[in-house]
Amino acid sequence: MGGYILKRLLLAIPVIFGITVIVFLIMAMIPGDPATAILGSYATPDNVAKINRDLGLDKPLVTRYFIWLWNMLHGDFGTSFSLNRPVIDEVLERFNNTLILAGTSFVMCTVLGIIAGSISAARQYGFADKAITFVVLLGISIPSFFLGMMMILFFAVDLRWLPVSGMYAIYGGGDLPDLIRHLTMPALALAVVATGVVARLSRSAMLEVLRQDFIRTARAKGVGEGRVIWGHALRAAMVSIIPVLGIQAGFVLSGAVYIEIVFQWPGIGRMLVDAILQRDILLVQGGVVFVAACYVIFNIIVDVAQSLLDPRIKT
Amino acid sequence: MSKLTLTRRALLISGVASGVLMGTNLAAMGETPPGVLVVGQIAEPKALDPAAVTAVNDFRILMNVYDGLVRYKSGTLEVEPALAQSWTISEDGKTYTFKLRDGVKFHDGSPFDAEAVVFNFQRMLDDTHPYHHTGPFPLAFFFSSVDKVEATDATTVTFTLKEPYAPFLSNLAYPTGLIVSPTAVKKFDKDFGRNPVGTGPFVFKEWRPNEAVVVEGNPDYWDTPTTLKAVIFRPITDANTRVAEMLAGGIDLMVEVPPVALKEFQNASYHLVEQAGPHLWFLILNCASGPFKDKRVRQAANYAINKEALVNDVLEGTATVAAGPTPAAFAWAHDDSLQPYPYDPEKAKALIKEAGAEGAEVVFYVTDGGSGMLDPVPMGTAIQADLKAVGLNAKIETFEWNTFLGKVNPGLDANGAHVDMAEMAWMTNDPDTLPYLALRTDAWPDKGGFNSGYYSNPEVDKLLNEARTSTDQAKRAELYKKMQVIVHDDAPWVFVANWKQNAVSNDKVSDFTLQPSFFLLLKDVKKA
Repeated sequence: MGGYILKRLLLAIPVIFGITVIVFLIMAMIPGDPATAILGSYATPDNVAKINRDLGLDKPLVTRYFIWLWNMLHGDFGTSFSLNRPVIDEVLERFNNTLILAGTSFVMCTVLGIIAGSISAARQYGFADKAITFVVLLGISIPSFFLGMMMILFFAVDLRWLPVSGMYAIYGGGDLPDLIRHLTMPALALAVVATGVVARLSRSAMLEVLRQDFIRTARAKGVGEGRVIWGHALRAAMVSIIPVLGIQAGFVLSGAVYIEIVFQWPGIGRMLVDAILQRDILLVQGGVVFVAACYVIFNIIVDVAQSLLDPRIKT
Repeated sequence: MSKLTLTRRALLISGVASGVLMGTNLAAMGETPPGVLVVGQIAEPKALDPAAVTAVNDFRILMNVYDGLVRYKSGTLEVEPALAQSWTISEDGKTYTFKLRDGVKFHDGSPFDAEAVVFNFQRMLDDTHPYHHTGPFPLAFFFSSVDKVEATDATTVTFTLKEPYAPFLSNLAYPTGLIVSPTAVKKFDKDFGRNPVGTGPFVFKEWRPNEAVVVEGNPDYWDTPTTLKAVIFRPITDANTRVAEMLAGGIDLMVEVPPVALKEFQNASYHLVEQAGPHLWFLILNCASGPFKDKRVRQAANYAINKEALVNDVLEGTATVAAGPTPAAFAWAHDDSLQPYPYDPEKAKALIKEAGAEGAEVVFYVTDGGSGMLDPVPMGTAIQADLKAVGLNAKIETFEWNTFLGKVNPGLDANGAHVDMAEMAWMTNDPDTLPYLALRTDAWPDKGGFNSGYYSNPEVDKLLNEARTSTDQAKRAELYKKMQVIVHDDAPWVFVANWKQNAVSNDKVSDFTLQPSFFLLLKDVKKA
């Protein structure tokens, strides 16, 4: 097991290195530059040259790449010009917020999806199965940002049950209940599609397992139906559900971008969108590399978890 | 684990969760107390150091925390005394002597005096100043005409200019000219932008990143203090979400209401205010090559485009029709006798026929957003249809804002490309700025200006140079008016619209007005 993990970690290094090259090149190639974004109407060649000098953008591309990489290897991600603070501070703070949102969504979609899928499988073609399938298909078909906007209109503007946006109340908030109230709508909106996917795949994984001999044996032995489904069948089905969860985790993280904009959640997705529009090169680069690294590590964790459940995968 | 216990547990969890949700609901949803005003901003501020920022969004906070030597008289774009009580200008227009207000203190208790003013301008302009590294200062060129700043005595400051420069006073009223506390700059150094200290009607309290900037009323303000206890500026980048927050009571005041959302606020629960400002939305026409090289075709484009329809239907009345290159908000410099080109497709057709440009193809650059661009895509499409009706086939190419600027600013014929027309908008603080930077022959892109359409008229050049060096406002006004008549006839642009900035507040807010400068001044606002 140790060797397997080490191998996966070593393989991750060229991947992350490749990402630094790609994101650097993309930021260098997109038209428009930070100086124009800062100066707007006043971007005369003289003013642009001065800003570029101040930001260190007058050096050759290759030099800039290696300075960036070298600094990053020393833990220095640079300073965001559009926010005037260290990139790493901003990225960590924002990523933490995204994790709260995406993590909640991920737990929601995992728990709800697996329960719904298992019930569907246990009651194949029954009323529960049809009802769940209907709701799940509906959920998969609605774009999450649209669902989010509709939720805002209904629950926040009309009913005034929940706050429209943000992470904490602007006045006198800041505690856990306050966070939960702000988290409910975005986490739900973000979880809906992933829940549907998890439910559909759990259903088919469970159906496959339920047809197998050991389930028949368990039933013949007199094990209760509840224990057969939630104990024996689900455990066996988890081997095929976990990789799907890994993919959904990625989906939830990337879907957070839209949700963060609609609900003004101060997460990393919204940060990246703002940073791209501002041409805040260091912030975009630092943010992307950080998220990519997390994604790579997360995939390794999923693979390791899978190999723990199914020893055949370990090679 | 049996199915039953799981269900019970799930029920319990969901019960507790909804209990927490509903229970805390009413208490925490309680609105902000009287005297605390929540303002919906369009973005997170970059910094609260007036010398270091360029965005109108940041100015909205800065103008409430700092004062300048001069300011715009409420409701106008004419300067009046602020931290300077009075000033004199020398005969040659090169020496400005300011007499400062006595006894004013910065929020940190340090005195505001002539040395503080000198520190402020040297920090921005002098590369060798010990605190120049607290920049960069992108708009320092507003004061590039300044040669020397000297403290003659504790309350007298003298600016010596390299050459006469008439917009100097109005640039001092711009946020870049706001005065910061030297003591605080020395204390916080590069972090000053997050720990702002000024002399203004509000004192900076805290900045919670991506959440809020909080400022509190300054009871010791040298002018009449505010009755507000505090103002909370909240960044909400998405316009739809901002509108929803306003409707749900999460914010008390918002600016830049999207035109489509206006009717939500046209009722007794809200106050909607609007104010035309020093903004111009226009089309740059390529005067050097292509069909618009011919003045008649340029005039035809001005006749062909139905500006009333654009302003009323596309922009839902959030703008007025522009008559010429100078916005009417510059009341003293605007030629009120100048009429917008009327919508006259027949005349346009005749002019195009005369010029032999019937059925010509024109490349039209459109942007998808950007500062002051209003609703550029629908406007571009409507303009395309109007031009089509008179026999000009506009081919639209759409670009994201920064990309768009990167293509338009170098000139419409730059890099081997040929573009016939492009959307553009400017917001300025002096009638000098836009024509000086975008209409003179010496402002062609290769000479460092913004005259992307290569317009050139020696008469206009002469008038603009003369107006810039004259310190007599009446004389300047006369020169600008002459310039407007010529440019109106030459039609290097299609003059389309002057944006009316709007803002909406709920019924607990009173005495809120918008300024033609587009600054957000909250000192006199009341909140029940």
